[in-house]
Formats: sequence, structure tokens, C-alpha cells
Amino acid sequence: MKTLLLALALAGLQNQNLDRVEIQTIPVQGNVYMLAGAGSNTTVQVGNDGVLVVYTQVEQLAPKVLAAIRKLSDKPLIWIVNTSIDADHFGGNDALPKLANAAVRQNVRIVAQQNVLNRMSSAPRGAEPIVPDKLWPNDEYFVPQKDMSFNGEAVVINHMPAAHTDGDSIVFFRSSNVLSVGNIFTPDRYPVIDLQNGGSVQGLINALNRILQITVPLKYQEGGTYVIPGQGRVCDEADVVEFRDMMTIIRDRVQDLIKKGMTVEQVRAARPTRDYDTEYGPNDAFLEAVYKSLSSKK
Amino acid sequence: MNRICLVAVLALIMAKPALAQVDFTGEWAPLYHEDSPERLPGPELADYLELPINDAARMRADSWEADRISVVMEYQCRPHAADYAMRGLGNIRIWRDIDQASQRLVAFHLHFLAWDSERTIYMDGRPHPGEFAPHTWQGFSTGVWEGNMLTITTTHLKENYMRRNGVPRSDKAKLTEHWMRHADWLTVVTVIEDPAFLTEPLVRSDNWYLDPGQAIGVFGCETAPEVPAPEGTVPHWLPDKNPNLHEFANWYGLPFEATRGGAETLYPEYRSKIRDYKPPAQCTRYCACLTLLGGGCNITR
Repeated sequence: MKTLLLALALAGLQNQNLDRVEIQTIPVQGNVYMLAGAGSNTTVQVGNDGVLVVYTQVEQLAPKVLAAIRKLSDKPLIWIVNTSIDADHFGGNDALPKLANAAVRQNVRIVAQQNVLNRMSSAPRGAEPIVPDKLWPNDEYFVPQKDMSFNGEAVVINHMPAAHTDGDSIVFFRSSNVLSVGNIFTPDRYPVIDLQNGGSVQGLINALNRILQITVPLKYQEGGTYVIPGQGRVCDEADVVEFRDMMTIIRDRVQDLIKKGMTVEQVRAARPTRDYDTEYGPNDAFLEAVYKSLSSKK
Repeated sequence: MNRICLVAVLALIMAKPALAQVDFTGEWAPLYHEDSPERLPGPELADYLELPINDAARMRADSWEADRISVVMEYQCRPHAADYAMRGLGNIRIWRDIDQASQRLVAFHLHFLAWDSERTIYMDGRPHPGEFAPHTWQGFSTGVWEGNMLTITTTHLKENYMRRNGVPRSDKAKLTEHWMRHADWLTVVTVIEDPAFLTEPLVRSDNWYLDPGQAIGVFGCETAPEVPAPEGTVPHWLPDKNPNLHEFANWYGLPFEATRGGAETLYPEYRSKIRDYKPPAQCTRYCACLTLLGGGCNITR
């Protein structure tokens, strides 16, 4: 079932008209940039050592992503970080390094939490894995935190257990003071709580609280640590607070309705998210995921 | 002689700005005669009067628990956003940038007493940032002259409050201001359009007087754990559980439905729907709030 969903996601993305996608480059802070416009955001860190990319988009967008990177750096692509198993985040894992490093002999290290690799490489008995092995991470980690240094700054990768999925990572560029958080945080839409891939509402709230521990505003809750979300605009701590509050309040409301014995249909009819829907959009899948996540926690 | 006259006339013409331009430079002190109880001691809980809010805003405000600004440390030093900054603790210093080569006005700058907030209003025709740019408390502002009135458009605002009792204003909102100077008096009309929480624009006005002797000090704010609570605690009321919603209506003898706000309650025609309303015989709460800290306010309950 999980692999079928992933296959459908990949097929859906491949069917999109990607010719019209225009990649925008937004300088975030220090050595870090955000590439936006393709739906999900790609984080790029550049410097003397080379290029680090968080999210490689889908395979077909690799030329456009590379064109944007080349306006920032002519160095080889050295590191890729996959922050979750979302199909549009790792589709360029093979194509992007091939294009970027065509003129040099350079192997690329693809970092991900081990659950990402486990899910990519799992397959029903006798069947091929749904994700081809050329797209798999080759540098998976299983500890809570993986540290590295690149382009003269500390890059700290933290596992956020059972949040959007069970393999989520957030990437902190310490000198640049920028945090790339993937689909744990999407400022203008409800998050996807991917229960099939190990996500949970409480894990997502825990991850948001962890993000708030790392971020430090410059002055009066503004600036300082910038946060690159999975989708949407560049943010800072105050934006994450709004999102965390929304998630916490909706969790409490749905939990209260579950305690009253309501079914998912009754919860939907009670419209416990109606004061957030005008900001975060359609809620059917989100509300159902919150309900199921809280209902299964016994 | 004719040449001298011509030069004099040219000098007079060139001394005038190319467009009607008023200088707002100076120290401005706020006047609180409009909406005084809301702006000084602060709004009552569940007072949504005069706000054209939708059901989403009403529900969000009903779930507001005032402990949040103490318990959630990230709220403790949150400043007013540009749309609310003009309402409270609104001592302002305004100065301007003039391009030396062209003598054109490039920008106005504002410094607020509250939270040391600073704001820039660009006058050089630059575009607003794109959809992926960060949002800030003061947003991104550009101004144009309409006669002697300065009209300012502000986008890229962070989410904040429409009123300091939990009525939200979203980050999708657009703020339009009209600044008008009459000698030593400044009037600012603000118009907030918010597709998330308003059914029609919210129009308010604020006034200042020129106060050259005003000295704005450092505001300063430091977060600290004020109330013990587990990390990640977000105080709020569950739907239909807030015990304070009738407080405001009861204190002021108002029909509860009127206190719920909404566009309908803004207009005189609404009086016909509350014909049974009898105002209290005398004011007993926040009757004459004339100073910043509520001195002179008549609070009897």
C-alpha cells in the first residue's frame, strides 16, 4: 500500500506540466539560498567547498534547479540531504548530481535518516522496490543528530521522530543561522501527517517545539534564525509559533471530541478547524489524519 | 531688471516639490480620544464591537486565553504590527531620506516608542517583494501622493491581532493608510483588508500632535519564564468552554449579539435590531481614561 501511494505520487508529479515551472532564487542569509516556485522549496548552501542541496525536486526539474544553482556557484555538488520520503524531494537524487558534476569526477553523498532508506528500499515479496536504487540515500544516519562541517560552517542534521513521516530531518546551517525544516512546517497550508509512512500529530508538534528551541530571533521576535519551510515563503520563529499554536489547539480540540466518543464523520461535522481554514485551506485529509493519529494512540 | 525677476520666479518655482509633498518629519505624540478604553487599558475580553469579522475570526477570538502572552515566551516581546502600532503607545519619530543628487524624497522612516519598532515607507516607486519573501511586523510599505495626502500600501505583514483580545489579523492582509497633516496635527486613516478574517475592510483613524520636546526612550524587552508550564503549552479555550464571553456584555449592559461583531453591527441600521437595549443609567467602567496607565479611569467593578 505504501509503495503504491509512492508510485502514484511519482507518476502524478511526472505528469505535471513542469515546462512552465519558474525557479526563483531567494537569498535567505549567509551562504544559504532558497529555490522556490516548483511547489517544494530547495535549500542551497554554497561556498569554497562546493554545493549542498536539501530537496532535489523531481527528476525532470534537475536542469532548471541546476541552472539556478549555477547562478550561485560553479563548484561541484558534494552533499544532498533528503529530509523525508516525499517523492518530489528526492526525485533529482540521480539526475541533479550527474548534470552538476558532469565535468568532474565527484561522488555525491546523499544523507537521510535511515527510515527514509528503509521505506525506499522496501518491497513486497518478489517485487522490485518502488523507488529505484539510483535514487536511494547512500549516507543514511540512525542517531538523533548528525553533525558535519561544510563550506566553513557547522551543518547539524536532527532526526524528528514520527512527525510528518518517521524519517524527517531538519538541517541547521549554524553560521548562516538558517534552518531547513522540510514538510514539518508549511506556513500557508495544513501539514501532511503521513500516517502510512510513520507520521503522527504529536510527533509533528514535538518537532515544531524542537524547531522553536533552535531558533533565536534577532530582536522582538523577528529575524535572527530564518526557517525554510517545505513549501511557502521564508519564515522566522514567530511564523513557526503561529503554526505550532494552530497544531496544538487543533490537537486539543480533536482530542476533546474523541473523548466524547465522536466518529471521524462527527468530528468533521463539528468543524473544529473552521477558524483556521481561511488561512490554511482545505482540511479534509488533515483533519482525518489528526483524528486517526490521536485515535490510534492508546 | 527683467532678468532678475525671471531668476526670482524660477527660484520660487524650483523650490516647490515636483508633486504635492508634505513633510511629516518630527516628534509626534498620540491622542487617545478615539477608542480610548481599547487603546489604553486594553480591550475587554470578547469585545468584538465595530469589527467586520467573519465566523472564523470570532471563533479564534473566543478560544483566546490571555495567559498565552505570558506562558508562551515567544509572545512576551512581540511588537504591535504596522496596522496596530499606530493605535497604542504610539509616540512616533518621523524622518525622511532625500536623495542629494535629485532632491527627491526616497523614504519616510518611523521610530515607535513601543518595542523600538522601526518602519520604512518607500517613496521611490520600488515594487513590493515577491510571494516568497519573509513577512515582518511592520511589513513592506510604499507611498504615493494624492494631493497633499500620503497614501501608503503595506503588504508582507506577519500575523498579528486586529484587537488585543485575540481577534486575529492574518498574514494575507493588506494595509492602506492615508496620512493627512493639518499644521501641527496629523490624522492617519487605516484600512485593513483581510480575506481570512474580515468580510469588509476595517476602517479606523488615529491622531497625533506635533511635540518637538518629546523624547522617546529605549523600550527594551526581555523574555523570561513567568508562569510555570510544560514546554509547548499553548493556553486556549476549547469551543464553547470560554466562561468570559458574556462578561463584556454584562458589564456594559449590551446585548450579547451586538458584542459579537460582524459587518452588520457597524452601521446605524443595526440599532433597529436591538430596540430593547437600555443603556446603563451611568458609566461605571473605563469612563474617562485620559492617561497611558489608566489613571483617571473610573473602574468600579
